[in-house]
Amino acid sequence: MAAGSLFLTQFNWSAFINALVLGLSIASIWLIAALGLTIIYGAAGVINMAHGELIMLGAYSTYTLQTSFGIPFLLCIPLSFLIVGAIGLLLERVLIRYLYKRPLDTMLATFGVSLVLIQGTRIIFGSSPKYVDVPEFLSGSLEIGFVNIATVRILIFVVTVAVCVALWFLFFRSRFGIQVRAVTQEKEMAASFGVNSGRVYMMTFALGAGLAGLAGAILCAMATVLPTMGGNYLVPSFLVVVVGGGALAGSVAAGVGTGELQSIFAYFTNDTFARFVLFILIVVFLRLRPQGLFAPSAKRR
Amino acid sequence: MAIDRRKFIKNAALGSAAALGAPYAFTRTIGQAWGQQRWVSNGAPIKVGVLFSLTGDLAVPEEDSTLVLQYAFDEINANGGIAGLPVEPVIVDARSDFNVYTERTRELILRERVVALFACYTSASRKAILPTVMAQNHLLYYPTCYEGAECTQNTICTGPLANQHSKDLIPFMVQQFGPRVFFVGSDYVWPKESNKNAKVWLEAAGGELLGEEYVPLGSSEFGPVLNKIRDAQPDFIFSTVVGASDIAFHRQFRQSGFSAEAMPIASLTTGEIETRAMGNEFGAGHFLSAPYFQGLDNPTNQRFVEGFLSSPYGKNGVTHYNMEETYLSAYVFKYGLEAAAAAIGLEEVTPRAIRDHSAGIRVEDDISPEGLIWIDENNFNTWLKPKIGQCQGDGTFTIVQASEEHVAPDPYSIYPELGVCTTNGLVAPDGRVRTNVI
Repeated sequence: MAAGSLFLTQFNWSAFINALVLGLSIASIWLIAALGLTIIYGAAGVINMAHGELIMLGAYSTYTLQTSFGIPFLLCIPLSFLIVGAIGLLLERVLIRYLYKRPLDTMLATFGVSLVLIQGTRIIFGSSPKYVDVPEFLSGSLEIGFVNIATVRILIFVVTVAVCVALWFLFFRSRFGIQVRAVTQEKEMAASFGVNSGRVYMMTFALGAGLAGLAGAILCAMATVLPTMGGNYLVPSFLVVVVGGGALAGSVAAGVGTGELQSIFAYFTNDTFARFVLFILIVVFLRLRPQGLFAPSAKRR
Repeated sequence: MAIDRRKFIKNAALGSAAALGAPYAFTRTIGQAWGQQRWVSNGAPIKVGVLFSLTGDLAVPEEDSTLVLQYAFDEINANGGIAGLPVEPVIVDARSDFNVYTERTRELILRERVVALFACYTSASRKAILPTVMAQNHLLYYPTCYEGAECTQNTICTGPLANQHSKDLIPFMVQQFGPRVFFVGSDYVWPKESNKNAKVWLEAAGGELLGEEYVPLGSSEFGPVLNKIRDAQPDFIFSTVVGASDIAFHRQFRQSGFSAEAMPIASLTTGEIETRAMGNEFGAGHFLSAPYFQGLDNPTNQRFVEGFLSSPYGKNGVTHYNMEETYLSAYVFKYGLEAAAAAIGLEEVTPRAIRDHSAGIRVEDDISPEGLIWIDENNFNTWLKPKIGQCQGDGTFTIVQASEEHVAPDPYSIYPELGVCTTNGLVAPDGRVRTNVI
């Protein structure tokens, strides 16, 4: 790169459109990592610092299912959802449920949980990176005209869209969803109408944990399976949730927005600088709109 | 109770007497109490500090360094120890925290009275502990490839410097695949300094640099970089991406439709551990420059690999270049201490004396798995033979080119204006000598 073109590489349309497509892919990666956090934060108000480690557990359960039981990669994805969901359920029962009224304590407690999970994983699996085998068709790329996109990115995109649609149905078209929204808006009132709010919180937390597990399972096709891998996803997840305001639609919009911006800035400059600009923009945005894009009308705890 | 002046003076005098006297409670002589204690004494084990991260982000490479050092010291002890004394490693976890590195360094030197330190993988942690090591005039064995541009009187390095590392790799790649190259690296000091060196070799080889991109350390998103590489269409890629990012980079490289046949990656870090974690099909066909490969075909290496993997320390199932360099540092220490003991007497040995007597120490090919190496007499880095390996379909490396001659370490090869590193310090072109340059 010549010195004069540090901030503006030679512009050409095909490369720019490639960057836009890639932006959608980055958006889907950040969004799928953030969905579990969105649900736990949005519905139960818990700031889950162990979210990254739940993603990591998803990746390790995929690794274990594959190497110890020989289960194919694609089947590991829903199974990891169930396994990490069960871990989340356990976590909620033994720890989180005592802390719903103390959000700052939940933050500290879940941070502690994240350290325990990292060290525990390291003790059980060792600290070296693990290999997860992906089917051959996910090792290639698809070329449509001048747009070139890896098939694994398409898979992640499709899964993200499917999960978002499923969540929308769950929250806005099912009985459980009505209960969750009722408990989120006014817990005591919902309880007086016979909604078991403890159970709703429990199921919501398990669902959020399961979604983190699903994200971990699918992301290990691209990333590196390590005890510390969760940290890479925690920051983008929080960005998406905070910018989105904690609602599902907000997270989708924030995910697409931040992902695209990251890709476009990275196209014009480089990766490090792109993050720098993105974070500054987010700080400015939150200064102007601290409640995020789509703040739910619920009362805030 | 009011404190009058007389009482205060009396108490103060008693207090300072007690403070001065306190060390005698635990030690026998005045000299011993005030730091004149011997570093090595007959009949007692030789204590060395092993300071790597066993937890946290840096645990991946550094746990292996600790394990291989334990193996090396066991081996040395089984063969009679050093000058007849057993080695006792004091193993400390630095927890991937640079403050802990510094604290523990001080503790190992002052409290544990270790005679040498084996520590650090990253340049950042090395730079964090060096001021302490230099202030105590102690001795650090740094067993990892690094960028150079340091000249202290307290370090011995057994890994390749930036000037040795890419010297053969760049001309080899230009000759085999073509002159157009794209640099990709992690965003920190070592890749940037290494790339400065690589540019020198690239210019000499008649190559052309199409682009240079750095990704944040630990990042696993290579989409934007790969898009730029697709636009630039280089003949090969030169990579200084490290750690977890490196694995993601190789996976996404193939997933994005690139192939090792058309555009191989020439790396300074993608060894056996990385290849195994990314999957052999993602590593196959790419190149690595290193002084050591697990697959090196010689009896010493066979013994090392079999011995290490069957020992209690071989649980991670691999020996790679960084572990071998760490293994060698234990022997460089052994020979250095023996040389110092022969010259000035065992009980007079100090950390600095070991360093001064390590000039020109050779580790012969019956001990060194990578073949003969020796310590430079001026800058105390290592003369070695860089080798180029190509990763095969089964994850092993085939040596495609080995340097005929040992390559001299030169920490200031790209900064000649700063001077030449000698045993007494950095000698600037105008003759001024600076010591402890980091």
